[in-house]
Amino acid sequence: MMALGVVALWCDGAVSRAVEETNRRMLRARDAMDRAYAQPLDVPALARIAHVSEAHFTRTFRATFGETPHRYLQRRRVERAMFLLRETDRSVTDICFEVGFGSLGTFSRTFRDIVGRSPREYRKETTASGVPTCFVMA
Amino acid sequence: MFNAITHSQIYVLDQDEALDFYVGKLGLEVAADIDMGFMRWLAVSVPGHPERQILLEKPGAPAMSEETAQQVRDLVTKGAMGGWLILTTEDCRGTYEKLLAKGVEFTEEPTERPYGIDCGLRDPFGNRIRFTQPKA
Repeated sequence: MMALGVVALWCDGAVSRAVEETNRRMLRARDAMDRAYAQPLDVPALARIAHVSEAHFTRTFRATFGETPHRYLQRRRVERAMFLLRETDRSVTDICFEVGFGSLGTFSRTFRDIVGRSPREYRKETTASGVPTCFVMA
Repeated sequence: MFNAITHSQIYVLDQDEALDFYVGKLGLEVAADIDMGFMRWLAVSVPGHPERQILLEKPGAPAMSEETAQQVRDLVTKGAMGGWLILTTEDCRGTYEKLLAKGVEFTEEPTERPYGIDCGLRDPFGNRIRFTQPKA
């Protein structure tokens, strides 16, 4: 019994180390998405960074962070759009393409879905704060 | 009432690996490395500034059960534990190049901000670190 207990503990440790290693690789891939948020989602490149197959990447990312890479990227783009709406006076259309959306329709729909307001409403109701990325891109 | 903040801590998964990184790569110095029996008290500081130390703490007994330590390690490696540091430098871009050559994993290149130039990196475990060259 004693020996079995030790083996179980060892297995536990090995499993959790494997999870931690996977987490860290997924975080590395997520950091890469943060750096290239305006580019199209490049699953093969991200899978290489994370050392998993393309087929596993989306599933593992979701298991790790609780959302798909696609959703994460959308949230990042919307967050960057919010930043530009606050801190600049560039047009909504400009900002939409700048952060990587392919059409104004998708941008507006996604923005409203995440923020609960349209980009224009958000801009009107918010004030510039000059905050950097240290918390929003954590 | 208080005079200073002297110690803060972040969680690391392996203290030897943490030393390699924080001292070997970032160039901090060991402020304390004491075997207390129940734990290794390992702290680093900016060279010459022992008045502000960062404890590199390994999650585990006696403070936590193995189960809790596992949860902490899980969050650290997801970048969600919340441990982070901001350092200052006289030369953000130069330090960035030097650390990049040493294989440090950057999350953000040096960027101009209203308050100076700063950039972001991760330690080997997932903690966030930034360093800033304040505006002169």
